[in-house]
Amino acid sequence: MARGDIKFYQFLLNSFPIILLFFFALTGYSLTFQIFKINISFNFIHLIVFYWVLRKPEMLGYGLIFFAGVINDVVQNLPIGVSSINYLLLCVIASFFRTRTLVPNLIYDWILLFIALLIVSSIHFTVLAIFFDGNIRYGTLMSSAFFSFLIYPVVAKLFNQIYLLGLKQENVE
Amino acid sequence: MSTESSRDDFIIAIRSAFLKKGNRQKFSLFTLLIISILVLSLEYFKTGPVNQFRSITKDIIFRGSYVVSSPFKYIKDKYYLFQDHMSMYEEFSVLRDKDLDLNSLRKEVDFYKSENALLKKLIEERDLFSKDYMLTKILLDKQSPYLKSLIINKGQKNGVKLGSAVKDRLYYIGKVVNVNFLSSRVLLANDLNSKIPIIIEPSGINAILSGNGNDEYAELEYLPKDNEIKENEIVYTSGSDGTIPASIPVGKIIIQDNKKYVKFYSNLNQLNYVQVNK
Repeated sequence: MARGDIKFYQFLLNSFPIILLFFFALTGYSLTFQIFKINISFNFIHLIVFYWVLRKPEMLGYGLIFFAGVINDVVQNLPIGVSSINYLLLCVIASFFRTRTLVPNLIYDWILLFIALLIVSSIHFTVLAIFFDGNIRYGTLMSSAFFSFLIYPVVAKLFNQIYLLGLKQENVE
Repeated sequence: MSTESSRDDFIIAIRSAFLKKGNRQKFSLFTLLIISILVLSLEYFKTGPVNQFRSITKDIIFRGSYVVSSPFKYIKDKYYLFQDHMSMYEEFSVLRDKDLDLNSLRKEVDFYKSENALLKKLIEERDLFSKDYMLTKILLDKQSPYLKSLIINKGQKNGVKLGSAVKDRLYYIGKVVNVNFLSSRVLLANDLNSKIPIIIEPSGINAILSGNGNDEYAELEYLPKDNEIKENEIVYTSGSDGTIPASIPVGKIIIQDNKKYVKFYSNLNQLNYVQVNK
């Protein structure tokens, strides 16, 4: 591989969480589908924010997370600032947990994500219902949080592999 | 002693999470949370420079989103095209087997058209085929369980007004809920927040069409208890809210488990261009 290509490859690996975060914020993609009349959708931004803030906070800036929230609000027609608050609260929980744990463990992370998603979704619902008169179904919101929680181990493994690839590339340099 | 130290640890961890700037972090979470709350509080300003700034920001984000989403939109369009192609033979067989006397039907339609035009003139009703609608392109098609909306490429600059009706060919699909300088948001009739006054013909019953997040049908609210609505009756906008023009066809009645729903005439998933009431 040419030196320029290597640099580009490394840049892609290092910027992977940022690219992914802004991709989902700009497209509002949630992989929605129906099984047995149950709407299944995932909040990938929550998973991205949680994983990278918990595991590699230097790869995903809080300022960028704030901007991703603003973009998400515009695309999803939400009051601007709501998603930023949610994502930043998720960061607070992940950051708090990071300072309290010594050895990373996927199961602990998974359980913590469940609690974090419950808190963030509840705050999201409360802010919209009380201050903005938004007609949002609590069940739909919670089902999305639940399905996002279910796929976290797979997503975390994938992100871990990508992080390791980046690390390998850095060591080659 | 140990309780105190664990409480101290907890407080230190909380303080560190909120206030500490990590490696390569420019802002602390606390600062950003305060900024987010401030930005959120600006939502209460619906006019003035704050609103203008918001409108421009939204326009920029929508354009960016359009560029990022375009490859996926292309794939989605190709998928539907492929599906249409695959079902073509089946559709052809169904049509061939139907005994359609098109000539007599056409004459009948011509008669009804002229009669309709006369009657509309009599009651000064707006013409459904009038040129009061402008054609707009869909920039973004946002369909999730929470939100069914479209972003169109015309806004304040082109004369789009808040609350204007939006049609796909002849059929009502939604209304404008947000107008920016160069783009607008259309809330589709199947969105959870969509409530539109309708009239069911020929029974002449008024009700509210309420979106339920389903792509194919919506629910009816405030129907009289003892109604005799039959399947396939046609649902039109009633215009009683004063913003959406009356008599735009929306869909037809379907009955499932003794509950009445409205099946949309338009496929809300496959829209590329829509018409907005001027």
